Amino acid sequence: MWEDIKEFASTFFVTGDPLIYGADVSIVLTILAIVFVLTKYKKWGWLWREWLTTVDHKRIGIMYLISSLLMLFRGGVDALLMRLQLAFPNLEFLHADHYNAIFTTHGTIMILFMAMPMMFGLFNMVVPLQIGARDVAFPFLNALSFWLFFLGAMLFNLSFVIGGSPDAGWLSYPPLSQNDFSPGPGQNFWIWGIQISGIGSLATGINFIVTILKMRAPGMTLSKMPLFSWSVLSSSIMIIFAFPILTVTIALLFLDRFAGAHFFTMDGGGNPMMYLNLIWMWGHPEVYIVVVPAFGIFSEVVATFSRKRIFGYKSMVWAMMVIAIASFFTWAHHFFTMGTSASVIAFFAISTMVIAIPTGVKVFNWLFTMFRGRISFKQPMLWTIAFIPCFLVGGATGVMLAVAPADYQYHNSYFLIAHFHQVLIGGVVFGYLAGIYYWWPKLFGFKLDEKLGRWGFWFWNIGFYICFMPQYALGFMGMTRRYYTYGWDRGWEDLNLVSTVGAFMMGIGFIFQVWQITYSIKHGERDTTGDPWDARTLEWSIPSPAPFYNFATVPQVKEADDWWATKQAKANGTYKPEPVHLEPIHMPKNSGIPIVMSTFWFLIGFGLTFGWVWMAVIGFIGVAVCMWVRSFQYDTDYYVPVDEVRRTEASLGRVL
Amino acid sequence: MTQHQNHGDHNHGSLKSYVIGFILSIVLTIIPLVLVMNQMMEKTALVITIMVMAILQFVVQLFFFMHIREGEKPRYNVQTLILGLVIVFTIVAGSIWIMMFNKY
Repeated sequence: MWEDIKEFASTFFVTGDPLIYGADVSIVLTILAIVFVLTKYKKWGWLWREWLTTVDHKRIGIMYLISSLLMLFRGGVDALLMRLQLAFPNLEFLHADHYNAIFTTHGTIMILFMAMPMMFGLFNMVVPLQIGARDVAFPFLNALSFWLFFLGAMLFNLSFVIGGSPDAGWLSYPPLSQNDFSPGPGQNFWIWGIQISGIGSLATGINFIVTILKMRAPGMTLSKMPLFSWSVLSSSIMIIFAFPILTVTIALLFLDRFAGAHFFTMDGGGNPMMYLNLIWMWGHPEVYIVVVPAFGIFSEVVATFSRKRIFGYKSMVWAMMVIAIASFFTWAHHFFTMGTSASVIAFFAISTMVIAIPTGVKVFNWLFTMFRGRISFKQPMLWTIAFIPCFLVGGATGVMLAVAPADYQYHNSYFLIAHFHQVLIGGVVFGYLAGIYYWWPKLFGFKLDEKLGRWGFWFWNIGFYICFMPQYALGFMGMTRRYYTYGWDRGWEDLNLVSTVGAFMMGIGFIFQVWQITYSIKHGERDTTGDPWDARTLEWSIPSPAPFYNFATVPQVKEADDWWATKQAKANGTYKPEPVHLEPIHMPKNSGIPIVMSTFWFLIGFGLTFGWVWMAVIGFIGVAVCMWVRSFQYDTDYYVPVDEVRRTEASLGRVL
Repeated sequence: MTQHQNHGDHNHGSLKSYVIGFILSIVLTIIPLVLVMNQMMEKTALVITIMVMAILQFVVQLFFFMHIREGEKPRYNVQTLILGLVIVFTIVAGSIWIMMFNKY
């Protein structure tokens, strides 16, 4: 008996690496500390009632934000481990298998479990406030989306200590990801972590399309809608078309592994290249899914901090919509070197260059908005200004990669690595950070400290260029991606060392930001006005942090940048306040079903990862029961009485 | 007004129509599976049959589950349907076009 347990545990848990034992210890200690604190201060009930069962979009947004910052930490540690291994030739810091696992988890986590939830966090925190709504269209589904993401991410991260990490690259190309070459649970963790969180992403896409189309405040026509909300609409349209492709592709890969099917195998009529074709049909729109909301953030930030209306509003909207459609016509540029007909290559090379045009239009619009504006260099604006040159270089190297004959030289070299990090960090991460700094006071009621933030900003920015500029050169010198080590004879050691120094500078930047957040909780400048940046859109017309029902009275929108127009009218003395008429507010009730149902999904994923069908069956039954119970719940909403609204507003310093 | 009544404002199909749609979808999925498993057709005919089944199932889902005929503003439905068709066409035709590389 004891021998059986020992044998099971030796394959079930990841063993043999001191780094992982260290991680095991720290994970256990962290969990114990959390349990201890929650029990000591009797916070379990509070946690369940206020957070785990909440359907409030602002709280769901905060939970997305916290999870994504944790994932940024984990993905960042992965990156630093890789850079340490590559700092000098012939290092033995990580062995080859461990290095493979780390670059795989770094990529998957950064895109799917860091960028996506940070984006959804911003959607949730901002969109309903910006369009004058009291919640999203489907609050219950919104909570379900979050918990599906969270448990999918936890399932994926579990592979690190249980069963072994996936190590076939962040998109797990077959045949490497098939059973022959990747036996064991690692690849299954990858499949199910993404599958489960992918369902949540799809639901969020639907939720925000409906929210934006159906729940805008009266008077806010689409042509008066703020640009961030437009960017969310654009991104959500891409999500609902792209994520089903991902789900199907990975389901087929799972059938190959689990049921012995032959979709992507080398024999039996399968075709591994078909997997690349399908996964990039999702993968290319995916990069636009994450970057378009960043464009929306920059549009808001540039207008606010230049104190001008955004230049070329209509062209901005058109650019985002054109990107949403055109992003579905460029996927084959990810595998030009597969070898296909010249007409295919020509088509996809041209479509890739064409999509750079609307992006260029947007950059010019931001520049023209700043032109003759009264720019104040607050933190959100700093990140926006840093973004423009960074994204410009990233975009230019992207067009270089789109030139198909030249791509045969660059393909899978460090040139490519530098390019996509430049657009993803310079575009997505800088954008989301700008958005977090910008909307932080609205969520939490205080600003993040300027001084520490500036230290973080400069470490991030200087570190970024030191890290990635050498990688362009390394690509030209013949260094391809995913090398776990290299010899002295290659002449790559100087640039690799420089690159590693830059990566650690970005790490220091992140530490400054964590310090900044913890410092600002106590000492940050409190926002008593609700409008700390003198901004333009509706979310700034309500107190910070926003009350749970958002708007005491539904705003009547008359023009674009309505809050700015209201403030101008007040300053001119032409403002005529509408008589306030309070009504009971209709709100959704909290529900425990999302977290319970997602836990059953976790069981499904965990069971199928290890081939324990009985566990998956329990999970499926649990999911079905949850859906059944929810279908027959009719008591899902309530009304906030006028008295309570009046009291809440008064406590926030607003007299109605 | 309870949520239940809110949802009762629009007619989202009956139990009967859902069951019919479900059965049709299952049948249209099983036919290609049986054809392939038992190797009942030669290759070209098989590929064409599978595609026809796929298109039929697409139509079934649109009518029985997506309620393409309902809604206040059919114009939106038509717009999104056209966009969806463009993307579906791109996925299918694009894959075939790209994957023909070993046939010439």
